[in-house]
Amino acid sequence: MSNNLSNEPEMNEAAAPADEGAEEQLSLNDDRRVKVLSPGAMVRRRFFRNKIAVVGLVILLLMFAFSFIGGILSPYTEAQQFYRNEQIMKSFGAAVKNKDYRFRGAPDQDFSSIIQAQMVVNMQTEKNVFKYKGTEYSIRSDNDSLYELYSGDTLIGIATTVIVTPSDGTTELSFEFVSNALKADNAGETSFEADGTTYTLDEGGVVTDASGTPVADVGEYVIQAIMADAVITSGFREELIAALEAGRTSFEYNSSEYQLKYDAAKDTWEIKQFRTTQVIDTYAFPSAEHPLGTDKNGMDMLTRLMYGGRVSLIIGFIVVFIETAIGVVLGGVAGYFGGWVDELIMRIVDVFYCIPSLPIIIIIGAAMDAQRMPSAQRMFWLMLILGILGWAGVARLVRGQILSLREQEFMTAEEACGMRISRRIFKHLIPNVIPQLIVTSTMGLGSTIITEATLSFLGLGVKYPFASWGNIINDVNNTYVLTTYLFIWIPAGICLLATVLAFNLLGDGLRDAFDPKMKR
Amino acid sequence: MRTYIIKRLLISVVILFFTGLIIYGLMRSLPTSYIESMAMTKSMAPGSKSYDEWMEQLTAMYHMDVGILPGYIQWIGEVFRGNFGDSWKWSVPVLEKFNDSVWISFTMGLIAFVIEMLIAIPLGVLAATKQYSKTDYTISVAALAGISLPTFFFASLLKLLFSVKLGWFDLYGLVGRDYEQLSQTGKILDQAKHLVLPIVTLVVVSMGSLMRYTRTNMLEVLNSDYIRTARAKGLSERRVIFHHAFRNTLIPIVTIVGGSLPGLFAGALITETLFAIPGIGYVSYQSMVSGDIPFSMFYLVFMAVLTLLGNLLSDILYAVVDPRVRVA
Repeated sequence: MSNNLSNEPEMNEAAAPADEGAEEQLSLNDDRRVKVLSPGAMVRRRFFRNKIAVVGLVILLLMFAFSFIGGILSPYTEAQQFYRNEQIMKSFGAAVKNKDYRFRGAPDQDFSSIIQAQMVVNMQTEKNVFKYKGTEYSIRSDNDSLYELYSGDTLIGIATTVIVTPSDGTTELSFEFVSNALKADNAGETSFEADGTTYTLDEGGVVTDASGTPVADVGEYVIQAIMADAVITSGFREELIAALEAGRTSFEYNSSEYQLKYDAAKDTWEIKQFRTTQVIDTYAFPSAEHPLGTDKNGMDMLTRLMYGGRVSLIIGFIVVFIETAIGVVLGGVAGYFGGWVDELIMRIVDVFYCIPSLPIIIIIGAAMDAQRMPSAQRMFWLMLILGILGWAGVARLVRGQILSLREQEFMTAEEACGMRISRRIFKHLIPNVIPQLIVTSTMGLGSTIITEATLSFLGLGVKYPFASWGNIINDVNNTYVLTTYLFIWIPAGICLLATVLAFNLLGDGLRDAFDPKMKR
Repeated sequence: MRTYIIKRLLISVVILFFTGLIIYGLMRSLPTSYIESMAMTKSMAPGSKSYDEWMEQLTAMYHMDVGILPGYIQWIGEVFRGNFGDSWKWSVPVLEKFNDSVWISFTMGLIAFVIEMLIAIPLGVLAATKQYSKTDYTISVAALAGISLPTFFFASLLKLLFSVKLGWFDLYGLVGRDYEQLSQTGKILDQAKHLVLPIVTLVVVSMGSLMRYTRTNMLEVLNSDYIRTARAKGLSERRVIFHHAFRNTLIPIVTIVGGSLPGLFAGALITETLFAIPGIGYVSYQSMVSGDIPFSMFYLVFMAVLTLLGNLLSDILYAVVDPRVRVA
C-alpha cells in the first residue's frame, strides 16, 4: 500500500536492541542513521505544515465543541420557550351616570310595561292619579329621582334613577330592600328596615348590615365589569365615584392604578387598568440570560444555534456516509470487473449525474409539506434522498482510481496467490483510494451542509421544532427581521460559513498532504 | 471525430430517456390533489359535467389513467409533437411560460459569467505564478470562501447593506414602482439596476471554483518541462507566463467554460427566488412548490438536457482545442 494511513511511525529495522548500548557508533551507511517516516507520518507532517489547513481543523473542532458540548452545557433546551411580563392597559369596566328611569315591580303585583309607560306619561305631565283598565293608580314622589306607584295603599312598583347594586355583585336584592333603601337615601335617613333586619346607610351610599358588612350600594352610577375576573366592590365603587365627581382621570384602589377615559359618544367612562400579562418573549434583544436574544418563537437563540449546528453536522455526516458507501461499492465493482458490468454501472452513474438534485429535493420537500409529515421523519427522508442523489461522483472517482490500480503488479501477485475477489477489492484496492475519498468526503461535507441549509432556508428541509442553521436564517424572509434583528440571522450565517469553509480548507490541506508529488 | 460525436449523442439520448423515466416516475408518485381540486371547481360551474366525468377527462388528459411507463411513453410522444402541455400553476402552455422567463435568466447568467471569467482567470493565473506567496494564500482562501458562502446568506447581507442601509437598490423584483412611466431607455436602466445585486451574488458565489481550477491548471503547466526550457532559453518571465504557460492553461479552461455554457439557460434557482426575479429559476421554483407537474417535468428534463449538452460540449471542445487528444 502506497498510502498507509496508520498513525504510528514505522519503527525502522526494529529499534536498536537495548543491551547494545545507546552510544554505539553507527557507520555512515547504517540505515539507523536515517530517520524513516511512514507514509502516514509524512502525510501528517505535510498537513501540519499547512497553516491554513490547520486553521480549518481548529475551526471545525471549535464548531463541534460548540454544537455537541455546548448543547449539553446550555441551561436551556432546544425548543424551550421563554415568556416575559408585559404591562398592558386593559379595559377593566365601564361607568355611566344613570339618567333613565329604571323600573322595579313589587313581588306578586302586575307592573307590566304598559303600566310603566302610563306611569312615565303621568310623571311627565305631573298628574299624580291615573286610571288604567278600571284600576286607579297614584304616584307618590318627593323629588325627581324616585317615584312610587300605588294602587290604593299597595305599592305596585318604583321608577328611579338611583340604583341599588349588591356589594358582592351577585346577590339578588329583594324588592323591599331596594325600595326601602331608596326611600331612606331619598329622605337622607341613615338607617332603614327591610325583611326584618335593620341596615345602616352612610353618606357614600353604602348599605351595611348590623355586623358592619357592606350589603349594597346606592348611587346614580351604573358600573359594569368588562374584564372577566373584575369584581366591583364597595370600596372600588366609592373611589371611582369620588374620582368621577372630582373630574379626575385616574385613581388608585387596592394599590393598583386605574385610568378613566370619557367616551362622549356613549356618555360613559371607560375604566382601564394596568395589568401584567405573560407573553412569549419573541425577538428579545441580547441580554445576560440570552446572549444572542430569542427568536420568533421566544426560544433562546444561542441554544438554537448549538442544536442547529448539531443537526447540520449530523445530517452532513450521514449523507456523506450514504454517498460514500453506495459510491465505493458500485464504483469498486465497476472498476474491478470492467466490461459490461462497468458499462452498466457507469450508465447508471450518468443517469444520476443528469438528475437535477436540488429541484428534485424541492419537489419532494413540497410534497412532504402537503403530507404534513412529522419533522423527525422528514429529516430522515431528507438524508436518504440527499445520499441517494449524490453517490455518482464518488462512484466515478473510485472507478477511475481502481482502473489504474488494477494494472499494477501487486494485483497480478494477488491473483497469482488465488486471493478472493471481495478481499482483493475491499482489502487491497479500496484502501488505496481512501486518501482521495477522504478529500472528496471532506469537501462533500461542506457542500452537503450548504444544500441542507439552503433547503431549510426555503422551508423545505429541517423544520420546527428542530433547529438548523438554514431554518434559523429563514427568518430574514421577514424584512423586518432582515433590517432590525441582526442577532437572529447573522450568527447562524457566520457559523454556516465558518463550518463549510473549514471543511473546504481541511479538504484542500488533506489533498495537498496526501499528494506524494508535493514538495513541501 | 464524427463517429465519436455520434456515439456520444446516442449514449446521451439513452441516458436522457432513463433520466426522464426516473423523473416522470417520481412526479407521478407524488401525492398531489391538483387534478381533484381542478375537477371540483370545473364541476361547480353552472351546466357543467359531473365531478366524476371531469375527473375522468382530466386524468386522461394528463395521462394519469395509465401506468408510469405507458404514461411516460405517451408524454414523450407529445413532446415530439412539441407539446409539453399546459402549466397548472400559470395556466398557459409550458413553452410559452418558459419563453417568457428564460431570457431574463440567460441575460443575468451571461453577464455574471463574463464578469466571473474576467475576475477569476487573471486572479487564478496570478495566484499560480506567485505560488505560496501572500497573494496566493489570499486568493486561495478567498476562492474557498466564495465556494463556502451560502447563497442565501450572502444575498441577505447584500440586501441589508445595499438595499436597507444604503438604499441604493430595491429589495425585490425586476422592475421598480414607477416602471410604467419610464422611457424605453429608462426601462432598460431600471431593469439593469434591479439585476445588479443578483449578478453580484451569482459572481461571488460561483467565482471560487473557476479561480481554483485556473490556479491548479496553471501550476501544472508551470511545472512542465517546456516552461523550464523556455526559462532556460532566457525568455523574460512575462513571455514565459503569457506566451507559453497561459496559452496551455487555456485548454482546460476553454473546455470547462464551454461545458458550462448550456447551464446559463438553467437559471439561478436560489438567487432568482431570493431576489424575486421572474426568471426560469424562480418560475420553476414556484411551479415545483405548488405541485405543477407539467411545468416541473419540463424544467427537470430541460435541466438534464443542459447537463448532458454541457458534458458533450466540453468533451468535443477538448478534442478541438487540444490536438493531442484527437490522435488518440
